[in-house]
Amino acid sequence: MHARTEAPSETSPSWPEDIFAILQRFDVRQVPYVPDAGHSQLIERVLGASSMRAVPLTTEEEGVALLAGAWAGGQRGVLLMQSSGVGNCVNMLSLAQIFRFPFLTLVTMRGEWGEFNPWQVPMGSSTAGVFELSGIKVLRANHPEEVREVVEAAAGQAYNACTPTAVLLSQRLIGAKVFTK
Amino acid sequence: MSKANLLERRSVVGSLLAERKEAVVVGGLGASTYDIAAAGDHDRNFYLWGAMGGAVMIGLGLALAQPDLPVVVITGDGEMLMGMGSLATVGLQKPGNLTIVVLDNEVYGETGGQASHTAGTADLVGIARACGIADARAIATMTDIEGFARSMQDVSSGPRFASIKIASANLERVLSSRDGTYIVTRIRGALGFGPI
Repeated sequence: MHARTEAPSETSPSWPEDIFAILQRFDVRQVPYVPDAGHSQLIERVLGASSMRAVPLTTEEEGVALLAGAWAGGQRGVLLMQSSGVGNCVNMLSLAQIFRFPFLTLVTMRGEWGEFNPWQVPMGSSTAGVFELSGIKVLRANHPEEVREVVEAAAGQAYNACTPTAVLLSQRLIGAKVFTK
Repeated sequence: MSKANLLERRSVVGSLLAERKEAVVVGGLGASTYDIAAAGDHDRNFYLWGAMGGAVMIGLGLALAQPDLPVVVITGDGEMLMGMGSLATVGLQKPGNLTIVVLDNEVYGETGGQASHTAGTADLVGIARACGIADARAIATMTDIEGFARSMQDVSSGPRFASIKIASANLERVLSSRDGTYIVTRIRGALGFGPI
């Protein structure tokens, strides 16, 4: 694992900072995640935040259950994952309906917009559908300038209205992963 | 498959929870939830009727949110095997107030008594220890259950893990509420959190 700087560099995108500020404003305390390159800047910010507990997971479904427990204990959380992890959550997503708790997840998309790896395409193509079938509202951000308002709306409806919500952060926004030999 | 000298699950859970005080107790899907209900309904009982493999993670979320309260997860071997990765996640977070108890009858009792992996080769105590839960033990006597129940109240010395081999007899079901919003809202209320 290579060392990362704590503060974003001048070339880092600003939208992860927008997300971090929104999570702080909504008093999000537990942040379970399975790492993804698209979330790396946000994960670094969470790891450096004294008010937030970053919880690395072995599989994404753990995060759904963790957030249900956190809510029972009086804390809000958000699950960070990649689109391929959404399929790992399916049965556990029933908790969002069963408990009607404020479930929020931010999903970095693969398998779209110039994807190199065909193995990412099937799950990336069904990510929104899986959420919708599971009773989770889906919002999407395709461009850097819309991330703030989309995540703000998602956090608002999740935490204020207990409406389980997923935000898909498009691969167009993140940039297709470049594979070189 | 019945073996001699195995403990009886309702006695085990009754003893674990007899002096539970402020503890929040999570019951894994299946017989563990009935056992907790049989020990007495309680505002701080978190009954699970689904989400197989999620009991430990629900306990972890609670334990991190309420570090001064004992949080006790009581689940079965099948449920624990499905969420084995969560032991690695707990090992990394090391919540001092979290206790995990596996009632291990080595079978899937709800579905016809098919053998689980713990009947063969899987050693859950070894797995928990190898995941970084240093206090991981097998318990085989009611005297040791009583001692362990006292240690659950110590919110600074966990996480701890116990596997208790129990008789595989299916007991009469004691049915708790199955209404998730009621269960969670009741726990939140007991901890001082109101509805939205």
